[in-house]
Amino acid sequence: MSQTAAKAIHYRYFLNLGPQHPSTHGVLRLVIGMYGEYVLSIEPVIGYGHRMHEKMAESKPWPMFLPNTARMDYASPLPHQHAYVSAIEKMTGIQAPERAEYLRVITSELSRISSHLLWLGAFLLDLGAFTPVLYSFDDREYILDILENLTGSRITHCYYRVGGVLYDVDGTFVGKVREFITRLHSRFSMYKKLVEGNIIFLKRVKDIGVLPLDMARRYGATGPVLRGSGIAYDIRKAAPYSMYPKLDFDIPTGETGDCLDRYVVRIKEMEQSLRIIEQALDKMPAGEVMAKVPKKLALPPGDISFSTEGARGEVTYYLVGDGSEVPYRLKVRSPCFSNLSLLQELCEGMLLADLIATMGSLDLVIPEIDR
Amino acid sequence: MEPIINIPVEILRPLLAAAVAIGFVFANATVMGYLERKLAGHFQRRLGPMEVGFHGILQMPVDGIKLIGKQLIAPDNVAGALYYLAPLIALAPVSLPFIVIPFSPGLQAIDMDIGLIFILAMISFNTIAVFLAGWSSNNNYSMIGAMRSVAQNISYEIPILLSLLAIALMTNSFSMRQIVESQRGYWFIMLQPLAFVIFFISALAETNRAPFDLPEAESELTAGFHTEYSGITFSLFMIAEYTYMFLNCSIATAVFLGGWKGIPLPFGEYTGCIWFFAKAYFLMFVIIWCRWTFPRVRFDQLMNFSWKYMIPFSLVNLCLTAIGVKLWQAIF
Repeated sequence: MSQTAAKAIHYRYFLNLGPQHPSTHGVLRLVIGMYGEYVLSIEPVIGYGHRMHEKMAESKPWPMFLPNTARMDYASPLPHQHAYVSAIEKMTGIQAPERAEYLRVITSELSRISSHLLWLGAFLLDLGAFTPVLYSFDDREYILDILENLTGSRITHCYYRVGGVLYDVDGTFVGKVREFITRLHSRFSMYKKLVEGNIIFLKRVKDIGVLPLDMARRYGATGPVLRGSGIAYDIRKAAPYSMYPKLDFDIPTGETGDCLDRYVVRIKEMEQSLRIIEQALDKMPAGEVMAKVPKKLALPPGDISFSTEGARGEVTYYLVGDGSEVPYRLKVRSPCFSNLSLLQELCEGMLLADLIATMGSLDLVIPEIDR
Repeated sequence: MEPIINIPVEILRPLLAAAVAIGFVFANATVMGYLERKLAGHFQRRLGPMEVGFHGILQMPVDGIKLIGKQLIAPDNVAGALYYLAPLIALAPVSLPFIVIPFSPGLQAIDMDIGLIFILAMISFNTIAVFLAGWSSNNNYSMIGAMRSVAQNISYEIPILLSLLAIALMTNSFSMRQIVESQRGYWFIMLQPLAFVIFFISALAETNRAPFDLPEAESELTAGFHTEYSGITFSLFMIAEYTYMFLNCSIATAVFLGGWKGIPLPFGEYTGCIWFFAKAYFLMFVIIWCRWTFPRVRFDQLMNFSWKYMIPFSLVNLCLTAIGVKLWQAIF
């Protein structure tokens, strides 16, 4: 052991970051061994928000579990719901009408944009810029209003059903979404001016928290965290579902995997999401939004898994049926759990401020980890 | 009629000034607190305080009463007397520098020969208070904040002094009044733009304002050195911070922006203070503007910025000024 390392261990003290801390965005606790301002070791402590979602899924009929799917990742609930209903559809062989699938794509992408906008504000708040969060919330408000009119709730939407979606949309919805697309396009240039041109911002994120490709692979990182490191892995392209194969969009990737790359990837993803929504609005056929689904739908014996691309990465629902309406087992793979677990290795030896920036760039939603 | 108690005017003047200064400290904190919240609101496209009084104008007095009424919660194992002493030390020296600030030709309590040095000395008391608060709070966040504060204040006092020294070379004086009076027809910001920029940035760091608010970096240290302070003890720190902001801005006003000078007003002997306050509060506005616009710098970047850019540049500026002054004297 070198002399500095021995000294560092000797003067080490522990900092309890959380569970109530402005930068953990929820009830995450990090036990950090510190040497001065340097981080020697990190131990994430999770589970404060554990609500037994998986056990609930195993103890009640599947329609009663549907609202729970929106309560795990509260920032972008719809991809979770998409995975759940699609898993059941795949298991029981129900096909949702095409219009419903398009609506799922549109609302899922709106959900992704709203999540990325929330992240944008929160990330800059972690870096100490107080103002952008209110600008991004201003834009997010439009999405929440649109989704509230459609689904009846602002955050925990329960909109998808097995065999389709709950409500059909009308011209007002389409008009409002198109209006939002034009608005957000014009706002991107403002965000660029406000944020990306700022030298303090660039100094805080460039070459900070560099996530090498092999480390990202080892921990099973997905979503913008993985794509920031340079792999164009996206479930929407890798294992296409719903109407994504019929839509034209790119998967933005970063180069080095630092915080700036993850930032850029998310900004570009929002632009791509707008592209997807535009195309989906154009291609959406008229017709039913609900298929004929029997009142009592038993899940056949066997297992199945279905993945969707959430705002934070791969969301997988693994479902085991035993012939009854109640699933025998439901396992949720949340992207944030893998993304959090790499924090330990990624941030050793960093400054405390860089740890906060890196953690912010991973975009963790803690209730999704705790479930 | 004979006055009942015969107090010499030399003593009466500073005493009166001190009383006015203490009143001004609290008034300034109230105004600045309101301005900060209101301006922050408008920078962020919201309204800010609107409920109490017209456009929320009574928000700060009400908040003040609320903070005074609050129970003081001290955590276990704080360093007793030191813990309660820290906010007092933060506030105690703030009214003294007002004695030498020349608000207008007629409104200056004493004109000290070392006025400028005196103000700077009083301002650096803040470091002791912040360090004491962090040390005595028995909290790791407070401790980190305090360590940062000491390192930051020591690093940024040097460029402040060096940039002001350039002005002292030109005026041949540390007296605030003489510095203002020697700005005839021009302001020193025109001759010393670099010194002004260095001074202003360093003053931001010295008063722990964003983007250099590392001792109280919210997203890292929750509230930094005042994490464990509640109620009036917390607000004493805030009052002190706003006063230090005002003091730094009034140095900048007097030294670089011509002090009370502006378009002549009737009774210029006293009304000159309108110009002084206008300039000082404009600088305060800029400080608030910076705070709600920029992200926070990292600690090592902050130190690098001081030692690698601010100090060398202010040294170069000082040398150039010295040469310039000598040449000027040699030629004219």
